[in-house]
Amino acid sequence: MDEVTSPTLLKKGAEASLYLAEWHGRKVILKTRLPKKYRQAKLDMEIRNYRTVHEPQLMHEAKKAGVPTPTIFLVDVKNAVIVMEFIEGKQVKQLLGGFSEKEREKACVKIGELIGRLHAYGVIHGDLTTSNMILNSEGKIFLVDFGLGEKTMELEARGVDLHLMKRALQSTHYRFAEECFEAVMRGYAAVLGEEDVKDVLDKIREIEKRGRYVADRRQES
Amino acid sequence: MYALKREDSMKKHRETKRLDEAYCLGVESTADDFGVGIITFNGKVLANVSNGYIPEEGGIHPREAARHHAEVAAKVLDEAFAKAGIKPRDLGVIAFSQGPGLGPCLRTGATVARVLASYLAIPLVGVNHSIAHIEIGKLATGAQDPVTLYVSGGNTIVAAFDSGRYRVFGETLDIALGNCLDVFAREAGLRQKKGVPLGAALEQLAANGKTLVSLPYSVKGMDISLSGLLTAAINLLHKEECRLEDVCFSLQENAFSMVTEVTERALAHTEKKEVLLTGGVAANRRLQAMVNSIAEEHDAKFNVVPHEFATDNGAMIAWTGVLAYTHGAVTPIEESFVKLRWRVEKVDAPWMK
Repeated sequence: MDEVTSPTLLKKGAEASLYLAEWHGRKVILKTRLPKKYRQAKLDMEIRNYRTVHEPQLMHEAKKAGVPTPTIFLVDVKNAVIVMEFIEGKQVKQLLGGFSEKEREKACVKIGELIGRLHAYGVIHGDLTTSNMILNSEGKIFLVDFGLGEKTMELEARGVDLHLMKRALQSTHYRFAEECFEAVMRGYAAVLGEEDVKDVLDKIREIEKRGRYVADRRQES
Repeated sequence: MYALKREDSMKKHRETKRLDEAYCLGVESTADDFGVGIITFNGKVLANVSNGYIPEEGGIHPREAARHHAEVAAKVLDEAFAKAGIKPRDLGVIAFSQGPGLGPCLRTGATVARVLASYLAIPLVGVNHSIAHIEIGKLATGAQDPVTLYVSGGNTIVAAFDSGRYRVFGETLDIALGNCLDVFAREAGLRQKKGVPLGAALEQLAANGKTLVSLPYSVKGMDISLSGLLTAAINLLHKEECRLEDVCFSLQENAFSMVTEVTERALAHTEKKEVLLTGGVAANRRLQAMVNSIAEEHDAKFNVVPHEFATDNGAMIAWTGVLAYTHGAVTPIEESFVKLRWRVEKVDAPWMK
């Protein structure tokens, strides 16, 4: 890690801190998972190490699935640090509200396609929110933050992944959450086919009904 | 949804009453507690009386709990009026917990509230139980616009206000935190006693835990899943390889770390400067310490609801009733049916800016 120089804090997140730094003359992101004082040391270490190992692996898998993710340069498991490519661009979260209806639809369909490719390849992102999607200057969307992801083909995991996407849209972009999610699912269908989409939509409904206080779980008596 | 109250009667009420002489009575009956609270329109709690149903065995039986509520209702009301030192005719408005919760229990409380409002010919206001937990926490601690972690037997929600409503940022995908701890405690042979919730007995055991045993840790985005953790903890318990104290300790550490992690995520996401811990499980010292730690980490002020307002209570319903009523909300009797699955983000909160 000695070659990584002049780090400046970009974002202190809940799970990790992101620094913009330099590595052999190029801009890089240094992602560090700091110990959480509230967690027992043993549990804390397990969680941080696990996520530091899995995140780069899943980002690599995502690339193989045809989903843009930052290139990983260095991993230090012991200190829970990852050094990766800096993507010049903006979070989709910041852009979506300022988009025209057409642009918004286009971006959401694209996002759906990316999720579709991940799922078809057995990668679950685990934290699909518009802050974890970066649009670069060439109009390419990168997915980041795979720390909560997993490798599985299970319908349940796909359903939860998309349910989280829907929930993120509802809490952050509630004015047009419905149309956005509908567009996401169209992009998703373009990759996985209508039949898989029907299954996953049924699964999402099932997951929602499992939740507490869902109006259509049972008839009001 | 609230219906708008007729403007003229609102005006009359505002003109004739000073805030500290106007009273709201709140009826709470979503689950095992029947509570009545009386509060002034400027937020002074005059009475907060509660009577809890304790099951012979197992968890809450909705019909038995409702029967209990019907039996104690008159007694609890009498006691509340005596404590507050006011008469029923001094009341300006009746609030009741309209949902979410157990049907038979909610209906019993709603019936009491309807009768009072009709007999006294004063307005009725249906209140969302989850929002009431947030509002009483804010009133008691002075928090203005916090990220709230609301944890109880029936709810596990991370919520924050944005554009007119409280939005749910994270929640449990299956069972509630309090439910998880209670089921485990019963499985471990702990019994609920008057005044000592199961969670408190579990907390005491956990405090004597030494060894952390590996158990599932399941954070999915902003949401959590607790059912797998509960099953694993129960299996561990029945294997009898670990001390009970260590299993309690490990269960608490895992479950609390999960809710704290998602609360921290919501805090980082919203960049709010206050955190509020509310609901029955808020009484747990270990959870308080954990949430306090993330508040410090993000330079936010940590607030925890005082003990008397942590579990379900009538005062929180009364206070939220005041907030809703003074911002134009009333619930006509014919629209006062209970809403078993009334979600937080379906409710307008016009009293917030």
